Amino acid sequence: MKNVLANMAGNVWKIVVKEGDQVTAGDDVVILESMKMEIPISAETSGTVKELKVAEGDFVNEGDVLLVIE
Amino acid sequence: MSRKHSTYEELVNRIKTGGAEKYHERNAEKGKMFVRDRLKQLLDDDLNIEDAFFANCIDESLPADGVVTGIGKINGETVCVMANDSTVKAGSWGKRTVEKIIRIQETAMKLEVPMLYLVDSAGARITDQIEMFPNRRGAGRIFYNQVKMSGRVPQVCLLFGPSAAGGAYIPAFCDIVVMVDGNASMYLGSPRMAEKVIGEKVSLEEMGGARMHCTVSGVGDVLAANEEEAIEYVQKYLTYFPSNFRSKPEVVDGKEPATFEKTVEELIPENQNAPFDMYDLINRLIDEDSFCEVKREFAKELITGLARIDGQSVGIIANQPRFKGGVLFHDSADKAAKFIQLCDAFHIPLVFLADIPGFMIGTAVERAGIIRHGAKMISAMSEATVPKISVIVRKAYGAGLYAMAGPAFEPDATIALPTAQIAVMGPEAAVNAVYANKIAELPEEERPDFIKQKQEEYKEDIDIYRLASEMVIDDIVQPNDLRDALKNRLNAYKTKNLTFTERKHGVYPV
Repeated sequence: MKNVLANMAGNVWKIVVKEGDQVTAGDDVVILESMKMEIPISAETSGTVKELKVAEGDFVNEGDVLLVIE
Repeated sequence: MSRKHSTYEELVNRIKTGGAEKYHERNAEKGKMFVRDRLKQLLDDDLNIEDAFFANCIDESLPADGVVTGIGKINGETVCVMANDSTVKAGSWGKRTVEKIIRIQETAMKLEVPMLYLVDSAGARITDQIEMFPNRRGAGRIFYNQVKMSGRVPQVCLLFGPSAAGGAYIPAFCDIVVMVDGNASMYLGSPRMAEKVIGEKVSLEEMGGARMHCTVSGVGDVLAANEEEAIEYVQKYLTYFPSNFRSKPEVVDGKEPATFEKTVEELIPENQNAPFDMYDLINRLIDEDSFCEVKREFAKELITGLARIDGQSVGIIANQPRFKGGVLFHDSADKAAKFIQLCDAFHIPLVFLADIPGFMIGTAVERAGIIRHGAKMISAMSEATVPKISVIVRKAYGAGLYAMAGPAFEPDATIALPTAQIAVMGPEAAVNAVYANKIAELPEEERPDFIKQKQEEYKEDIDIYRLASEMVIDDIVQPNDLRDALKNRLNAYKTKNLTFTERKHGVYPV
């Protein structure tokens, strides 16, 4: 199990994957919106998206868990 | 066996072999080379001169007193080296070890040549502390010398093993620290000491490992997979530098950039807020295979690296919109400050590639001191007297324009691509800031049109041709002509010779 974390404070703009999706390391899984910029967050490991921890529109701080990959 | 009973050859062979066989085996298991093999691989043809080879030769257990020091050549240029031998009392420092290190530093200063530190040491030999720790020529003098040498000659650290306690300051005072993943570490107190003194339970790798230092603390600059890779990096790195601050870097034959399917113009997204990968732009501007990145794994929102443009050494400082939107943080400002100082000290021109929404805001970064770290970057950039070119690739908002060598900071030129924007803030933020009350008063269905109209007006106001007309920027360049523009300017600015100001020294906002 590997947590995908927000790398900076901002809003969750788009969640690109859903629970059960297969992802490969390097794939963008969530796009944050911060400082008026789109901030793509990519998976560091390959696997299945086990759980989404946030919803679009949520505010997240740096280090918050966005989703879990198994 | 005492010295009296061995011949010269026997003694030389014994010293050359280093410590006991079991320590050689232990090192080999970890993928660590013997110190003399490291030197053979690093230098053009081994050490040309070795001094104090016989240090402590009366004591059979301490060949060369655990450190090899001497003079050799890399890429045909003379360098001084000190290299710990971890097969001899774990590379620990005794009185003669320290004296050898101090002497080779003094030699490097007299010859004005680069000083390389190949570190693999457990730190001070506690049993020898009175002789090696507190006195005038004790270990403190090594660091004093490093500070004195800084900016006079390149100082490079190859960290192959531990660098413990006081020893951890050798890397800290170097221009660059290359760490071997899994073997290299830096720490003031070992995990055992941390548990005893402050009650923390932690592994060495977690507390002071190469990966941690190259990704989190920023004390390490380059994470190498193994010793060979670390050595190759340093051999390449040194080609960008002169031997000392009195000379300029060598200009080699220029090469065309690598070929790519997409042109620069096709690469840069029209939407200011969409990410793109700045490495793709850098690779189209520089000579093929010439990028030598510094701190690749640390504060990735800013890219810093040495490169060549038409054969000339340059330092690239580029925002990375693909990571954290290219926003400057405290760590990236700190990273930039040191890199700018490094290049300026050795006459390496600076090319800033700006695509920056500004400095990060919010509680977390204010508590981390982003203002003073930002000030540090702006100080270093202001003080740099090497040729300085600021390229506004897409946008430079707020203090981001200042940090990336904007017009007020005496760049030799500020040039922009035709789609670039320079402003206090981007159109979305500006309209929100100026018309927040007005927007709130409007019926909801009228808001989007109003916002769009005001954003368009704002965009016209900050139009790049308007800024060029006001001579805020010096030129507008077509994306596909950017490399040629940089080539021409770097060529023209070669004779730049400037003193920043007269004083003892500034008071640095560290």
